[in-house]
Amino acid sequence: MSRVGGEAIVLGFETSCDETGVGLVRGRTLLADALATSVAEHERFGGVVPEIASRAHLEAMVPTVHRALADAGVRASDVDAVAVTAGPGLTGALLVGLAAAKAYALALDRPLYGVNHLAAHVAVDELQHGKLAEPSMALLVSGGHSSLLLVPDLAHEVQSLGRTIDDAAGEAFDKVARVLGLPFPGGPPIDRAAGEGDPAAIDFPRGLTGPRDAPYDFSFSGLKTAVARWVEARQRAGEPVPVADVAASFQEAVADVLTRKAVRACRDSGVDHLVLGGGVAANSRLRALAEERCAAAGIVLRVPSPRLCTDNGAMVAALGSRLVEAGVAPSALDVGADSSLPIDVVTR
Amino acid sequence: MLVLALDTATPTLVAGLARWSPDGTTEVLVERAVPSGNRHAELLTVAVTDALRGAGRSLADVDAVVTGLGPGPFTGLRVGVVTAAALADARGLLVVGVCSLDAVGSGGRTVVTDARRKEVYWAVYAADGSRTRGPGVVRPEELEVAGPVVGDARFAERLRVEVTPAEVTTAGLLRAAAPQLADPSSAAPLVPLYLRRPDAVPPTSYKPVTTT
Ligand SMILES: [Zn+2]
Repeated sequence: MSRVGGEAIVLGFETSCDETGVGLVRGRTLLADALATSVAEHERFGGVVPEIASRAHLEAMVPTVHRALADAGVRASDVDAVAVTAGPGLTGALLVGLAAAKAYALALDRPLYGVNHLAAHVAVDELQHGKLAEPSMALLVSGGHSSLLLVPDLAHEVQSLGRTIDDAAGEAFDKVARVLGLPFPGGPPIDRAAGEGDPAAIDFPRGLTGPRDAPYDFSFSGLKTAVARWVEARQRAGEPVPVADVAASFQEAVADVLTRKAVRACRDSGVDHLVLGGGVAANSRLRALAEERCAAAGIVLRVPSPRLCTDNGAMVAALGSRLVEAGVAPSALDVGADSSLPIDVVTR
Repeated sequence: MLVLALDTATPTLVAGLARWSPDGTTEVLVERAVPSGNRHAELLTVAVTDALRGAGRSLADVDAVVTGLGPGPFTGLRVGVVTAAALADARGLLVVGVCSLDAVGSGGRTVVTDARRKEVYWAVYAADGSRTRGPGVVRPEELEVAGPVVGDARFAERLRVEVTPAEVTTAGLLRAAAPQLADPSSAAPLVPLYLRRPDAVPPTSYKPVTTT
C-alpha cells in the first residue's frame, strides 16, 4: 500500500447467498454498507433458490457499488484494495461477486483478497468494538452456518472447533416457522411470537448435549422434527396450537445449546472473549442468554449490531482491511470460488 | 477506438482487443480463446490481462467494452457480463452487449451452440448477416435449420445436417456491436439472454414429518 500515514480504504464484495453486499471501510472505520437483497423472491419457495439469487446479484452489482461509493463519499480511484467472499457459499452466487471484484481490482489496479466468509463475520465486529482480542472464540449462526471457531490470529489462523452436523440453526428457524404458519425467513417472526410465550412450556430436546457427544458440534435436525411432531399431534387431536409457547420453547432450546457450548469452549480453551455473528445472532433470546452466561463465566461478549450480523459487504471489507494491515499477500487474479471453503483458509 | 471484447457464453472464453472505426473497419490486434469449461471466473480476468499485454496496451487505452450476453450456461455467462459491467463502470467506459450467437460465423447461416440438457441454443441469419429468427433453445431434432449450419459440430448427428465448427470471435463480437458503438445512445442495458426460467419449484404444501 502506497498510502502514507493513513489507513487503507477497502472495497468489499459479498454474494455468498441472497444478499448483494458492497461495503467500504477505512482501517477499522465503517464508511458504507450498501445492500440489495433477493429475499422476497425466495419467500414462496421457503428457502433460497440459487439461480434466482445469482440473477439478482448480477442485476444489483453495479448499482450497489455506486450506492456504497456515494454513501461513503469516496471515488472508486480512492480505493486501496478490493476484498471478496471466495467461499463458503452458493457457487453460482459467489462467482458473480468474485468476477465483479476481480474486474474492479484489475480496472483500478489494486490488490485483490479472496476471503473466507466466516472469518469476515468475525472481522465485522472490529468496525464497532475495535480490534479483536486474540485469541477470541466466535459463535457464528445463520441460515447457512453454525460454527464455533477459535481465532488465535484473524489475519492468519482461524480454527474450527465445532459445526452443525445437519441443519444450520437458521434453517431450523425457517422450518419451524413454516410448521407454525409464520413467514420466511423464520428468525424474526419466531423471535416476535416467542416474546409472548413461555420458554419453559415445552421441553424440546437439546441436540448433542449428552456426555459422550462431540462437545462443540451442533445438531438441530432432531429439534426441528420434535417441534413438528408436537405441533402435528395437537393439530390431529383438533386442539389449538399455542404458537407463542412453541416459538419460545424452540428458541430457548436453540439459544441454550448454542450458548452452553460456546461458553464451554471458552473455558476449555482458556479464552475470555466471545464474538457472536450471523443472522441468528440478531435473535433477542440468544443475545440475552449469551450475555447472562458470559457474565457469569467472566467472558467478555462482543455482538455486532443486527445489521452487521447478517451478511453484508462491510464484513468482507473489514477482513480485507485486517489482511492489508497484517501485510498478508493478495490473491492471484485466477483465484476461484469454493462453495465449501474450509475455515482454516482465511484468504486464498 | 480501442475495444475490449469478452464472451463467456460457450466453453471457450474469448478476450480480444480490436481497433474499430465508425467507417466499419475492424482490426483485431489480439485474441485469447481459452478452453475454460466451467472455469470462466478463474480464467477471464487473466485472459484480459494477457490480451492487453499481448497488444502492448493497458486498460487506460481502452475506449469501450463489448460483451456477449449469451445465450449460454448461466453461471459462466454471468461471469462475462458482470466482468464487462464492472470494468466499464470502474473506468467510465461505454459498454455494449450483443447476442453471442451473432458473433459465430457470418452471412446466411444457422448457428447452434451447446445449451446442455440435450438442447441447443440457436439463431438463423439472412445472407446480409441480420438475424431473422431466434435466439432460442430447442431439442436439435426439432430445429428448422436454414442455410449452412455452423457452431458446435457435436450436434450434427442429432440435427441430421453437416455442422461447420465455428466459435465466438472478437471480430464477430465487434461486427454485432457496430450499430451500438456507432451510436452509444442506442446501447441497451446488459441483460443476459437466459432463455430459460430458473429451476425452482415452490413447495406445493407443507409435508408433515409424522406419518399416520
Ligand atoms: Zn453468513
